[in-house]
Amino acid sequence: MDIHEYQAKELLSKFGVPIPRGGLAYSPEQATYRASELGGAVVVKAQIHSGARGKAGGVKLCRNEREIEEAAEFMLGRKLVTHQTGPAGKLVSRLYIEEATNIDREIYLGFVMDRGSERIVVVASAAGGMDIEEISATQPDTIIRVTVDPAVGMQQFQARELAFGLGVDPDIVNKIVPAIMGCYRAFRDLDAMMVEINPLVITKEKQVLALDAKMSFDENALFRRPHIAELRDKSQEDPRETYASDRGLSYVGLDGDIGCIVNGAGLAMATLDMIKLAGGEPANFLDIGGGASPERVTKSFKAVLRDKNVRAILVNVFAGINRCDWVAKGVVDAVKELQITMPIVVRLAGTNVEEGRKIIDTSGLTVISAETLAEAAKKAVEAAKKAA
Amino acid sequence: MAIFINEKTPILIQGFTGRIGTFHAQEMIDYGSNVVGGVTPGKGGTSHLGRPVFNTVKGAVDETGAEASIVFVPPPFAADAIMEAADAGIRYCVCITDGIPAQDMIRVKRYMRRYKKESRMVLTGPNCAGTISPGKAMLGIMPGHIYLPGRVGIVGRSGTLGYEAASQLMALGIGVSTSVGIGGDPINGSSHRDVLEAFENDPDTDAVLMIGEIGGPQEAEAGVFAQEHMKKPVIAYIAGLSAPKGRRMGHAGAIVSAFGESAAEKVEILKGCGVTIAPTPSEMGATVAEVLGQKRKVA
Repeated sequence: MDIHEYQAKELLSKFGVPIPRGGLAYSPEQATYRASELGGAVVVKAQIHSGARGKAGGVKLCRNEREIEEAAEFMLGRKLVTHQTGPAGKLVSRLYIEEATNIDREIYLGFVMDRGSERIVVVASAAGGMDIEEISATQPDTIIRVTVDPAVGMQQFQARELAFGLGVDPDIVNKIVPAIMGCYRAFRDLDAMMVEINPLVITKEKQVLALDAKMSFDENALFRRPHIAELRDKSQEDPRETYASDRGLSYVGLDGDIGCIVNGAGLAMATLDMIKLAGGEPANFLDIGGGASPERVTKSFKAVLRDKNVRAILVNVFAGINRCDWVAKGVVDAVKELQITMPIVVRLAGTNVEEGRKIIDTSGLTVISAETLAEAAKKAVEAAKKAA
Repeated sequence: MAIFINEKTPILIQGFTGRIGTFHAQEMIDYGSNVVGGVTPGKGGTSHLGRPVFNTVKGAVDETGAEASIVFVPPPFAADAIMEAADAGIRYCVCITDGIPAQDMIRVKRYMRRYKKESRMVLTGPNCAGTISPGKAMLGIMPGHIYLPGRVGIVGRSGTLGYEAASQLMALGIGVSTSVGIGGDPINGSSHRDVLEAFENDPDTDAVLMIGEIGGPQEAEAGVFAQEHMKKPVIAYIAGLSAPKGRRMGHAGAIVSAFGESAAEKVEILKGCGVTIAPTPSEMGATVAEVLGQKRKVA
């Protein structure tokens, strides 16, 4: 789960990470008021769940009230498109007004859950300001890493190694070390998956400040971090995904026209692959979970049908513990209840598959049954093309 | 022989008396698995499904001589249950639980390092369907009847995609020595590579089907292992060709966040390591059959 920059900064500052002064604004009027509280030049920053906001016009240095108003009016209500948001962009409904800083140096600081070492790894680079992929590609020699032993946690000397490795003055090292340790403690105590400070700046006044901050959290740990769960901003999500996740379904919206309902994440991914290989485009990933109860099947149809691009639906269920006839009945009931008229291809496999297919074929609905995954994908692609 | 479990392996159920634990324990007993008891803290001394219930794993191991366990404990307590099994001397543990925090799994992995490699418990999962040695024992939640006993090993992250593979093999008359689910989480007990190593050392396995997916470095590591250390052929399918970068596809670990983690990149890496790739998910069985056919011709 991602959060906004201002939320990440608020959390990190509680762990001793120094941040510039700033305040939140929902209107141009509030933006100028916040700026007057701060005094001097300010930076108006659009709050969306994406990096690279500057290039999209979402970060603006303003020197007077008129500039602040103009920037706020430009950003609020706009959908900013960055290379991370996809073509639909993300809606700006909050602004963060922050005091301007005199930047002397920019540093990259990142904390990740490293899957290779199965530990938290801290990455730093003197080439801050660029994203880490760019640093890796253009200046890999500037990247320093330390790995944290989970038994004892991050040690001060590791933070010092990073700070000295960045080539900063000893008096600055003493300011960077607590910032690094603070980020680490926030990562550990809040069950983060990623903390990124890019840039961490050294100002001309020799202060260390987190100028931007990104945090992302482990969704499996939200049960024990209710104050983090509250920071979720549904306006930053694909509405199709919000609808599904609010109903306990694992859904990812895609751009095609074939809606997919599958049990199991791996089989769901394989089904999307099969559709692509058959020349079609899937509209979504949807894992309804191991069991495929009639209630969940109905919920899934509702979620898939909210996408207006969907022209055909492919249901692929491998019934193990649950029998195919039971799943088939669930599908037929859902189609009747929701009065779905578009073509639906159903592929069932596993226990009682013959009985399941019979229920589908004799239902008198626009439901087509398929025996194999390949056949199901082919039929769904044909149906979607015919309906186009 | 199969790997990890056989018909004799004495099995404990952790989270025995809960609804899910009860249901699947019965399925395992019906399949013929040697379930010797279970653990539910606070219910020690009672009996469930005709087997004794214990308060602690240590108590259960002392009484029953259990060597394997399966964890159905809810996510907040599952990491603790795994560590308890490791400490009690369980040799092989499957964790079914989906939704364990990643930092809890980091702690589990670090904790297990206090035991020497020879005496360290082997963990598979979490967030998996378990392990089955067809015709011998089932330590999982899969439908046992879709697996034909035989000589092909299966290792995969996904439950139902593994079922798909097993039933494709069955349709071609090809049986399975053991099928191991390593689960869909970013931090898991055993990697693809670890399970390949176990299959390489198993005299009753002739070839291995590896079912991978997007995210993480494990498929690539397994490819390197297969190239450098395996004589048995490895066939692989990688799910998620159409997955967009940076999006989590159902499994907590199924997300492309770095170079080499997409399905297309993994396929290229595996090909480079001499692994045979099943071109589509509906050809996993056929690809295995083809490789076995070639193997027979050579032999």
